Amino acid sequence: MDTPLIEFKDVTKRFGSRTILERINLKIYEGQVTTIIGLSGSGKSVLLKHIIGLIKPDEGSILFQGEPLLKMRKSERMAKLAQISYMFQDNALFDSMTVFENIALPLLETTSLGKTEIASRVMARIEQTELEDAAHKYPSELSGGMQKRAALARALVTDPRIVLFDEPTSGQDPVRKNAILSMIAQYQRKFGFTAIMVSHEIPDVYFISNRILALYNRTIVFQGSPEELENFDHPFKDEVIRSLEGLQQELTGMYSKRQFKVMHHAQLTQRTRGETYSMVVFTLDDSDAIMTSSSHEAAKRTIQSMGKYIDKHFGAIGGFSTRRQTNQFVTVLPYSDLTEAENILNDFAHDFQELGMKDGYEGPERRKTSGGCIELLIRAGIALGQPIAEVESVIDAAESNQKEIARLRCDVRG
Amino acid sequence: MALDENSHELRSSKPPWRLGMLLTKPFARIGRSTISWVSNLGASAIFFMLAFLKILHPKQWSKIIQQIYYIGARSTMIILLVSLFTGMVLGLQSYTALVKFGAQGALGTLVALTLVRELGPVLTAIMIAARAGSAIAAEIGIQRISEQIDALDTMRIDPLRYLISPRIVASIISFPILTAVFDIVGIIGGYISGVLLLGANAGTYVYRVQTSMDMKDVTDGFIKSIVFAFIVSTVCCYQGYFAHMRTDSHGAKAVGLSTTSAVVISCVLILVSDYVVTSLLIRG
Repeated sequence: MDTPLIEFKDVTKRFGSRTILERINLKIYEGQVTTIIGLSGSGKSVLLKHIIGLIKPDEGSILFQGEPLLKMRKSERMAKLAQISYMFQDNALFDSMTVFENIALPLLETTSLGKTEIASRVMARIEQTELEDAAHKYPSELSGGMQKRAALARALVTDPRIVLFDEPTSGQDPVRKNAILSMIAQYQRKFGFTAIMVSHEIPDVYFISNRILALYNRTIVFQGSPEELENFDHPFKDEVIRSLEGLQQELTGMYSKRQFKVMHHAQLTQRTRGETYSMVVFTLDDSDAIMTSSSHEAAKRTIQSMGKYIDKHFGAIGGFSTRRQTNQFVTVLPYSDLTEAENILNDFAHDFQELGMKDGYEGPERRKTSGGCIELLIRAGIALGQPIAEVESVIDAAESNQKEIARLRCDVRG
Repeated sequence: MALDENSHELRSSKPPWRLGMLLTKPFARIGRSTISWVSNLGASAIFFMLAFLKILHPKQWSKIIQQIYYIGARSTMIILLVSLFTGMVLGLQSYTALVKFGAQGALGTLVALTLVRELGPVLTAIMIAARAGSAIAAEIGIQRISEQIDALDTMRIDPLRYLISPRIVASIISFPILTAVFDIVGIIGGYISGVLLLGANAGTYVYRVQTSMDMKDVTDGFIKSIVFAFIVSTVCCYQGYFAHMRTDSHGAKAVGLSTTSAVVISCVLILVSDYVVTSLLIRG
């Protein structure tokens, strides 16, 4: 792999006699979403504050593109740190300033740009984060989700190379949690920054993270992909992940990825050769367009609704499902053949088109408020699996068989 | 068993060093408080110097004007009210006392010199400390505990330059102007009570006011007001800025205590420094 963008080498931090971080070694790569997970009070925020220079290590070194930060000249170090933005857990918006003034502040104070240029850059970020109506409101007049977006807009206004997110979903309800995580993933893809996030929202963060760093007992015990974490055998898994991860996901009511794998293994791999099962893969398409042109709320309500209707139709006949990616669901029908699976899928498509999408989308009402137009496209594919087959290969086969089962465009007639 | 009994005796008897500790405890406490006070004084001086060195930054002017409005302009009403009644009370008391000696002609001299040399700078500083100083400490304290100051750091905006420096400059500009206002309105207040209400001679009052004061009285008063501006702005900003470092409380309570400390310390330091500066100016 390339040289890490940020690397910690044996970093130790103590506050008085308390050791918070002990010989931390970690690597963060450019262009990725890296999430630091761990229990509350385990030192995740302290670790993040080391990256931006708010806290200095007692021992060890922090390397920026291979160079130790503390050995750089002050001007060089400041230039490197200026490429980093920080989104605070409680947003840290200036409550005596409007949203516009908050977002403009770093440009006004740290650049020599003219007022017109600053205003145009700020308005661009305000539009991208859908805060047009809130631009001249004070933070106290906004909802929690809007405050998060304002904080994100402020963090992004200087076009940073790295954005640090300190527990961006804390104190939010399940719908908003997912909306915020989707928003981070969406903007990370759109602007291409390196995202470093501190969170204990497991498994939600798996969907958007390229790399997971596990902080346990003052040190990093795991670095790798979310898939690698599934096979990680360590007390961290029992004590932290399983305590944080609910049996079923709060938003969709489905099983977590890990639970899904356990059920898949328990129900299918014990069967005799020749027995088959069906696998259905659903994909919510154009979700990027949903995120940008309209509200995250509508998209999340649609995902929530999909979870409900998938469970209604497929759960009734013994099926079990999980959310595989932000916009993808997988359902296993252990006792159904292809014909039966197709019939159930048709019933689902009809029911969801008629009722389910209305739950998440208010048609002309949404268009009036946002000025944008939402288009949802749901594709589904079925494949036959055998107990001996790898689950991933069956999912791939189902994915390749996908076809459109439901579509909704906004009604321009109002 | 014998060992147990012995050990019980050992535990129950007071070792001689405990008596010594009890006797020295008050001295230790005084010593700790003195060390803490001196180290806070040193830290405040460094804090002031670091903020003061940033006043010439090109992006400061709009913030300084804004702070002059908050610290100076918005304190004008309270200064007018306090100075008017201070002058009136001074006129009333002085006239009553002077009449006993047949020296009511000296009323103008007494009122003008008392106000310009002492009461003007001191009461103006105390009133601004109570009104604007408390607001400064509370505002900065809240910004500290809600991580807004950390946010400035992460945005590469120097908090001392952005928050502290404009307030210090605004205080240095506002205090002498408000002191001048206090002096003038106070003299008018003395005129109202002494001349208009008690019947002292108007011409004598105005003549005495004009002739008894020289330029040194005015400049001495202004020097004091500038010293008080440094003290009030530094103490109030320092208390708010380090509200999170308090050992006696946390969060909102820490902000409340910092605000109280800011006003109390400012008032005490105003009176102490008033004596020091006055004695230096009299010698000079």
